[in-house]
Amino acid sequence: MSFVEIDEVHKSFGHNEVLKGVSLNVERHEVVCLIGASGSGKSTLLRCVNALEEINSGEIRIDGDCVTGPGVDLNALRRDVGIVFQSYNLFPHMSVIENVMLAPTKVGGLSKDEARERGMKLLESVGMAEKAPAYPDSLSGGQQQRVAIVRALAMQPRVMLLDEITAALDPELVGDVLEIVRELAREGLTMLLATHEMGFAKEVASQVCFLDAGQILEHGSAEQIFEDPHEERTQQFLSRVVKSGRL
Amino acid sequence: MTTTGLISEELQPSPTPSQPRPVSGLAFLAILISIAGTALLVLAGSWLRNYNDGGAISTTVAAVLALASLYPWRFIIAAFAADRRRASLLASKDLVGARRASAAGREEASIAMGYAAAGILVALVLLFALTHQGAVAQTFFQLDKIKQSWKEVTRGFWINIWVACVAEVLVLVLGLVVAVIRMLPGRAGAPLRFLATVYADAFRAIPAIIVIFLVVFGIIGSKIPVLSKLPPTWLGLFALTLTYTAYVSEVYRAGLASIHPSQGAAARSLGLSYSQTLRTVLVPQAVRRVVPPLLNDFIGLQKDTALLSIAGISEAFQVSTYWQSFTFSMSPVIVPAILFIIITIPQARFVDFLINRDARRRAGGR
Repeated sequence: MSFVEIDEVHKSFGHNEVLKGVSLNVERHEVVCLIGASGSGKSTLLRCVNALEEINSGEIRIDGDCVTGPGVDLNALRRDVGIVFQSYNLFPHMSVIENVMLAPTKVGGLSKDEARERGMKLLESVGMAEKAPAYPDSLSGGQQQRVAIVRALAMQPRVMLLDEITAALDPELVGDVLEIVRELAREGLTMLLATHEMGFAKEVASQVCFLDAGQILEHGSAEQIFEDPHEERTQQFLSRVVKSGRL
Repeated sequence: MTTTGLISEELQPSPTPSQPRPVSGLAFLAILISIAGTALLVLAGSWLRNYNDGGAISTTVAAVLALASLYPWRFIIAAFAADRRRASLLASKDLVGARRASAAGREEASIAMGYAAAGILVALVLLFALTHQGAVAQTFFQLDKIKQSWKEVTRGFWINIWVACVAEVLVLVLGLVVAVIRMLPGRAGAPLRFLATVYADAFRAIPAIIVIFLVVFGIIGSKIPVLSKLPPTWLGLFALTLTYTAYVSEVYRAGLASIHPSQGAAARSLGLSYSQTLRTVLVPQAVRRVVPPLLNDFIGLQKDTALLSIAGISEAFQVSTYWQSFTFSMSPVIVPAILFIIITIPQARFVDFLINRDARRRAGGR
């Protein structure tokens, strides 16, 4: 039994079927990278895993417990499954530390002092401690994204979903953010990430999935996908990525 | 050079340099408007002087008006100077210099027209006030009638202020409640959503004056225990609250709708419940955004306190109409008008200040 089991998941927005039967197993401490063109369903798949989107059919199990369908305590599920978005989505009316403390105090049952202590420790580890009283609008994109990662980590999730977290960043800010993800991978956090950073995927992924038109067309080790893709569509995609200078 | 077909020489002819535009036409137009302005202001000044039988103050005012009407002429002179400069620069083939001189001259002529047009408008208003031996001034600005009535009218105005302040507090809270009910999720929330929508639609549709009439006289006549014993001012206050809660709930709703869905998604993804998301993330941001339109509605609410007069409540307007029928003059009614101006203008400027500050913040920095 895998830690995260995604089983024949279908998801439509109106008549537009975005996921056409996706199945994927993620083991504990594994880092799975989803690659593929925009619109191939990477983000939707991640949003389904922590129930921001309701799936039409199929099943998602985390640690053996089915987390889709009626009756599931979604708020409890989301405490276990953190997500970081491409557009950071920090709360602009709260300072950095307030952003980080919100969920631990409101739903994690921590006191303010405990939450502050945990938050400051995390902020320190990503080099953002001195920005704790600042407001998100005064931070750079890379700094905001680091705070967003800390905000998700403050709930001590067992799985992290990272949705193209460097796609909106200046190239020189990407490195800082990826370094944090690298560190999380080293510490053994289970992660499922959608990314266009192929070099990074190659480096950290224990498994790479190529999504095309709502299906996982091909998956395997990073080496196999990048060096020896079997599917024609995968080869096409990767050669275009190489041509645009991103691999 | 290789051609890819994306760009071809034919599509890119060499540009023709822009020519200096003429100045004299605009300047002559400015002269015409300024002549009209000067003539009308001098006429208005002489009417004012005649109306006051040549008193010292009115003579001074007339003289100031005549002098002020000459102000645009300095810009006209500057415009013609620029026109001459333009011609000489053009003759010496200085195209760029001529273009700049022409732009400066046209700017001067436009400024002259702007001031002259404003002068014409002021003159017309004065002439209207003084026409027919000062009929308008006689009707609206009889100082002795104003002096007679202003104390009592101002005393009545405290009722307007009190009603406005209490109603604003109620509206601020109830409007948010209605807005949140209209956002209740799922099928369970549907019946309440429907009722809140009906309320907001109905009370935005019914004129406030009808609501006040129905509530005040209806409840007093109905003999409902407790409620019908309340003073009419309270009932009028409730009526205004009913109407303005409907408006303000829409303002709040617009504010909530303007928060990007990703904010809600981020909060939910952290495990916050729907109501926690609403309380800690959506409402605080929405309230900040809607402060300017909210204050605008409050200005409307303050003005509408004058409608309580139809329920026989002795607020400022009601008192002033009593003096109007007592003195056979409209002048006492000018008093509440001025009082409303006095309390509203600072708020209007404050709203502008908030809007500008928000714009600056969004433009960068805080």
